[in-house]
Amino acid sequence: MTNSIDDLEKADCILVTGSNTTEAHPIVGLRIKRAVMKNDCKLIVAEPRRIRLCDYAHLWLKQLPGTDVALLNGMMNVILEEGLADEEFIRERTEGFEEFKKVVERYTPERAAEICGVPADQIREAAHIFASAERAAIVYCMGITQHTTGVDNVLSLANLAMLTGNIGKEGAGLNPLRGQNNVQGACDMGGLPNVLPGYQSVQDPRAREKFARVWGVENLPEKPGLTVMEMMEAAAQGKVKALYIMGENPMVSDPDIRHLQEALDKVELLVVQDIFLTETARRAHVVLPAASFAEKEGTFTNTDRRVQRVRKAVEPPGDAREDSWIVAEVSRRLGYDMGDVSASAVMEEIASLTPQYGGISYQRLEELGYLHWPCPTPDHPGTPILHVEKFTRGKGLFSAVEFKPPAELPDEEYPFYLTTGRILFHYHTGTMTRRSAGIEALASTNEVWMNPEDARELGVEEGEHVVVQSRRGAIRIRAKLTEDMPQKVLFIPFHFGESPANALTNPALDPVAKIPEYKVAAVRVLVGKEAEGVDVVSLSSTG
Amino acid sequence: MRIDSPAALERYCEEVKEKKAKYPYRVSVCGGTGCQAFNCLEVYEALVESIKENDLEEEVELKLTGCHGFCEMGPLMYFQPMGTFYAKVDPKDVNDIVVATILQEGEVEKYLYRDPVSGEKIHHREEIPFYKKQVRLLLGINHLIRPQVIDDYLALDGYKALAKVLFEMTPEEVIEAVERAGLRGRGGAGFPTARKWRICREAPSPDGIKYIICNADEGDPGAYMDRSLLEGNPHAVIEGMAIGAYAIGACEGYVYVRHEYPLALRNLLVALDQAREMNLLGKDIMGSGFDFDIKVAVGGGAFVCGEETALIASIEGKRGMPRPRPPYPAVKGLWGRPTNINNVETWENVPLIIRMGPEKFAEIGTENSKGTKIFSLVGKINNTGLVEVPMGITLREIIYDIGGGIPGNKAFKAVQTGGPSGGCIPAEHLDIQVDFESLQGIGSMMGSGGMIVMDENTCMVDIAKYFMKFLCEESCGKCVPCRVGTKRMLEILTKICDGEGTPEDLEALEVLAADIKAASLCALGGTAPNPVLTTLRYFRHEYEEHIYNKKCPAGVCPALITIKIDPEKCNGCGACAKVCPVNAISGEKKQPHVVDPELCIRCKVCMDRCRQEAIYAE
Amino acid sequence: MKSVSITIDGKAVEVPADYTILQAAREAGISIPTLCHDERLEPFGACRVCVVKVEGARALLPACATPVSEGMRIWTDLEEVRRARRTVIELLLSDHPNDCMVCERSGSCELQDLAYEYGVREPRFQGERHTYEVLDDNPLIERDYNKCIVCGRCVRICREVQGVGVYDFINRGFDAIPGTPYGRSLPETPCEFCGQCVSTCPTGALVSIPYKGKGRAWQVTKVRTTCPYCGCGCQVDLHVRDGKVVGASSPVMVGPGQGNLCVKGRYGYEFIHHPDRLTRPMVRKGGELVEVSWDEALDEVAGRLKEIMEENGPDSVAFLCSARCTNEENYLLQKLARAVVGTNNVDHCARL
Repeated sequence: MTNSIDDLEKADCILVTGSNTTEAHPIVGLRIKRAVMKNDCKLIVAEPRRIRLCDYAHLWLKQLPGTDVALLNGMMNVILEEGLADEEFIRERTEGFEEFKKVVERYTPERAAEICGVPADQIREAAHIFASAERAAIVYCMGITQHTTGVDNVLSLANLAMLTGNIGKEGAGLNPLRGQNNVQGACDMGGLPNVLPGYQSVQDPRAREKFARVWGVENLPEKPGLTVMEMMEAAAQGKVKALYIMGENPMVSDPDIRHLQEALDKVELLVVQDIFLTETARRAHVVLPAASFAEKEGTFTNTDRRVQRVRKAVEPPGDAREDSWIVAEVSRRLGYDMGDVSASAVMEEIASLTPQYGGISYQRLEELGYLHWPCPTPDHPGTPILHVEKFTRGKGLFSAVEFKPPAELPDEEYPFYLTTGRILFHYHTGTMTRRSAGIEALASTNEVWMNPEDARELGVEEGEHVVVQSRRGAIRIRAKLTEDMPQKVLFIPFHFGESPANALTNPALDPVAKIPEYKVAAVRVLVGKEAEGVDVVSLSSTG
Repeated sequence: MRIDSPAALERYCEEVKEKKAKYPYRVSVCGGTGCQAFNCLEVYEALVESIKENDLEEEVELKLTGCHGFCEMGPLMYFQPMGTFYAKVDPKDVNDIVVATILQEGEVEKYLYRDPVSGEKIHHREEIPFYKKQVRLLLGINHLIRPQVIDDYLALDGYKALAKVLFEMTPEEVIEAVERAGLRGRGGAGFPTARKWRICREAPSPDGIKYIICNADEGDPGAYMDRSLLEGNPHAVIEGMAIGAYAIGACEGYVYVRHEYPLALRNLLVALDQAREMNLLGKDIMGSGFDFDIKVAVGGGAFVCGEETALIASIEGKRGMPRPRPPYPAVKGLWGRPTNINNVETWENVPLIIRMGPEKFAEIGTENSKGTKIFSLVGKINNTGLVEVPMGITLREIIYDIGGGIPGNKAFKAVQTGGPSGGCIPAEHLDIQVDFESLQGIGSMMGSGGMIVMDENTCMVDIAKYFMKFLCEESCGKCVPCRVGTKRMLEILTKICDGEGTPEDLEALEVLAADIKAASLCALGGTAPNPVLTTLRYFRHEYEEHIYNKKCPAGVCPALITIKIDPEKCNGCGACAKVCPVNAISGEKKQPHVVDPELCIRCKVCMDRCRQEAIYAE
Repeated sequence: MKSVSITIDGKAVEVPADYTILQAAREAGISIPTLCHDERLEPFGACRVCVVKVEGARALLPACATPVSEGMRIWTDLEEVRRARRTVIELLLSDHPNDCMVCERSGSCELQDLAYEYGVREPRFQGERHTYEVLDDNPLIERDYNKCIVCGRCVRICREVQGVGVYDFINRGFDAIPGTPYGRSLPETPCEFCGQCVSTCPTGALVSIPYKGKGRAWQVTKVRTTCPYCGCGCQVDLHVRDGKVVGASSPVMVGPGQGNLCVKGRYGYEFIHHPDRLTRPMVRKGGELVEVSWDEALDEVAGRLKEIMEENGPDSVAFLCSARCTNEENYLLQKLARAVVGTNNVDHCARL
């Protein structure tokens, strides 16, 4: 997020798109609702499904899955056409505007409406509301990024924010919601194939040298590594022979499970370090029992770049140990002594090598409770709002983005759109929430959500079990009929191993970010006799 | 017909007056809710029939109007210009009345009002004591107005006050006029109306929007002043609100009326449509450029919704619960905007002040309480009805001169003013002047105008219990002192009435009363202890009788009385034994009967039945 | 915001003009009791235990809901103030079960604290007491309206903060109580089971079922940590008793949630002590995972990694770090990959 969560309540307008905020990020959802209820903030929701936030919205734009660029270009066309753009901001702080303008000029609201299915009038109204707000914030999540055009979608949102001068000030900004407690931190810490901690490129010799010196090694690898999807592909091809997984469960969270299963079965060494015997751990050669968050010291970095403490409340069960101890032990056995791996000592090392974390220490976190990075020095107060004076690269760059359709669209054979996501009661692959009895009792069954009209045509009754099938696999699942779904679009939560949504999803990737297109796949629904005997994927219920 | 200028209004009013001048006679039948209960609609139908039959349609202007005030005597007929007034009219005699009064220029003696004191028949309405001492500035035109006919109001120069204000006065001048008139709110506390308006006028609004509200959520038991005004003359409320809106700078008004007032609601809705149609309400009223419209909100009948902040919550669609003040509605009211609330009677006084001039208005009343006040005079009183009196009149004048005293020559004991949160005033204060301050000075209040008269057969502990029960049930439950405190007070009062009271109970009552008054959130709780406090103050001995001697001096509390039959008076007719629901009365025919105290449930049905007045409670 | 000068208990203070008397007093270090107040909510002014004397006002005024104004003279501890508060407390206790012995909230009950402070053992006013059936129509939130003091905090937090509005007051007067539409069970309402209502309830009327009977305020140690679920980063206090996590709450006005949590952040902690937890290292032997010692497992990992690296080069090894683990752990794992193994094959499920 460029701005902080607290900042959302200062917005005059919030555009939420591709985020079912109240269920996937309930507390951000709560803050958005409060902005609307308390401060008369105008809320625009762009989302194919009728999510709960629609109840609070001034305007609900019901675009077809995978057509976000068209919708956003249409809105920006109106803003340009009607002179609502922030010309000063564009002049002073951005570049690439002319090329961008040429593309957007071609997306009249009428043309955009044809592509995305939102009436032209609503596109105009949304543009008016957003552009006329003093402070307008954009909130988005995986509904924007999990597409083959994920990067294009994000760039379009960035265009919209810059076009209206809504970057670098209170109550505004471009605010991606990070799905997991420390996905931000894992990225910050160099848990990515192309960058060292603090987004320092592995191809930058000075960065490599700096790290090599502190780490006491001669040199560090220069070639960017493989992304998770590429790793799996390489494993399937026999190029990756050892896979070391700490606290992840790709068997449930990754697309195209069947293919993944083959890959995992092929590697010579699969090490899984986790707190439960997950679907992935079941296939491991070595399973290492780890401590849970309640059993260790450390820090998480949340979605608004807020570094906060994790504190040890109880002892790990049995022989389970902190991940840091395990990693250090493996390292020692490979001939490298990591030294003091206590959390505060490691943070000191992180601070010394990572400019964004330069001023963060356990002592300061103890005093202040949290610090927003970038926090370069020990006297820096942290940065709740990014890009106030200038962008990281200097000037903000407009991108000319053309609409491209999703990789797989419904056709006669697979006539439904499938989109996946979370529900309020469960989290990710369900390993934790599905082991909390009260929560599990309230939401124990996976369901495919469909419009009652579609159900009528298919002859499906509420609660009936059907088979949902894509070109990659099939699952058996109970049907839930709800007007919240538009026609011809199905939704399946991905928490449930016994009917894993990711048996169906399309592993087609965004060419830049390598994100799979979870939000659009083409599927069909098999009912009654048709559904019998279909080979369905089913994993253990608790991930 | 759209009125687009004051001149157009003037012309239209003159036309209407001319049309009416053609009729030599006018007959007005009271059609208020009270008289409707006496079948006045049949009387009116018979009148229409009779006028047709006697070929008098060109001669007589017929009116079925709002309340004439003398509810005890309904159905009422009033003939003008003769001034002949008939009471308790039977529909079957209407034709005779018409023939006698109009064609024969005489009267039907049997329907003339008979003075209960002198026994004399009275020919003219204005000579009837009930009307004679009243100053009926507001109610006095009710008999001329068919509520659903706007022309009747315009014939009385209706909406001319609004025209004058819109075209000749600045908003500040309007507020000054109301200030000079000395108008104070008629809803209860008597807050100076002009000051209230000014606060609201000066309060900033985030988007410039301000509201005014007419509080027609009259909830005191037995009080119906506002209902009668709204039923009988809705245009006066509309005109008053429009003037107020102009003065305050409001663009929208609400009338909050309880759903138990269907006739008032119906008449108001018709009147609003008519006013809009004639451009007397809505956009660019009479071409002045001033926009104002009124919406109607129908309440569910909760007493607490008469409280300003609860009323606002109710209009907003929330549960009718008060919120702490400050901030006052004048600063932060409906939908968070500055809002001015006055009740029906206050709004109706506004056009009157403009029409008669503030100085003239201020001549009526006392130093600090100007104009008239309408009371609903009910209870143990001969002339039940609505009375409009000048401020400063004494309670004795209202009760004895206008009200005709206590029925059955019983002794006056107390009068309750100010509704359930007012107080009981004893005989020693009968000569007090009725105005805002004096009533407060003796522990009661003006309130909205309920006046319940009690005679010697009223138990003051029982009365206190009655009002406490009412308030306990009407408490919204939000704040602790009112929610639990009134309940505990009611329980103690019930205990005392049941003969189980202890001396400590009096102390507990006083502690609770003081703390509930001090700590409650709204006026409902803040005044809830008043009936107990005033009865304790003036009738403490009755409480003590209940507690120490286990006696109810007024013979009311069932647990403390025995029903007896005076053998001297009893003629043995046996009527009492027949009505007794528990067969507790026995006796030989023509011999004195007796009551079995073991069986008797003290329902007193026998007492009401006995013609010899031989049965009494002890 | 401009400021105003007022005096509280004779002490002159200067506070922002938009303060309430309560805020001003707290800033001046003067404590005023409250029951219906919660910093997360709009002032309500219902319980009346925060009443104070303001010179010139006809009745006592609620400190929580009364804005300060220039020159205001406030008295918080006069006899008449204490007396009114005491009566309010006695009235509340006259319709409240005297069962602190078994009450979940004993020790963290705001009513109990007030009764203690004002020394109310037996209320002077006795009368009818409500008897309601305890509602446990769902696995998470129990409602015992016998203990409800009708402060409206649950009603308001659900509407004002959660924006859902499951509860409103039903009935009037003495019988007024929070309720659901038509008395429906919570699962039949739009309830999101966030437990915000439980978190704000000043008494034991609303209780978290999974944490019931597991430890009262003085029996638990609270450990402040960060919620392990989504990326919001809400601050959570884990309640620890005898080495077990027996409850969770969120500190008010702290962190992104400001004391509010979602159903997962409040109730999703049974996994910590779940019997399915991995407790021993395991190595696959003959197709089966077999429990082994740490040394054996770690030697196996290091040995096999060495072999593969030597045979196929460092890029034949790949690491997945975790969006679930701490910054420090992720840092160490990528360090292992880059500095020790010598590969950039490090990623995690940021994209998933």
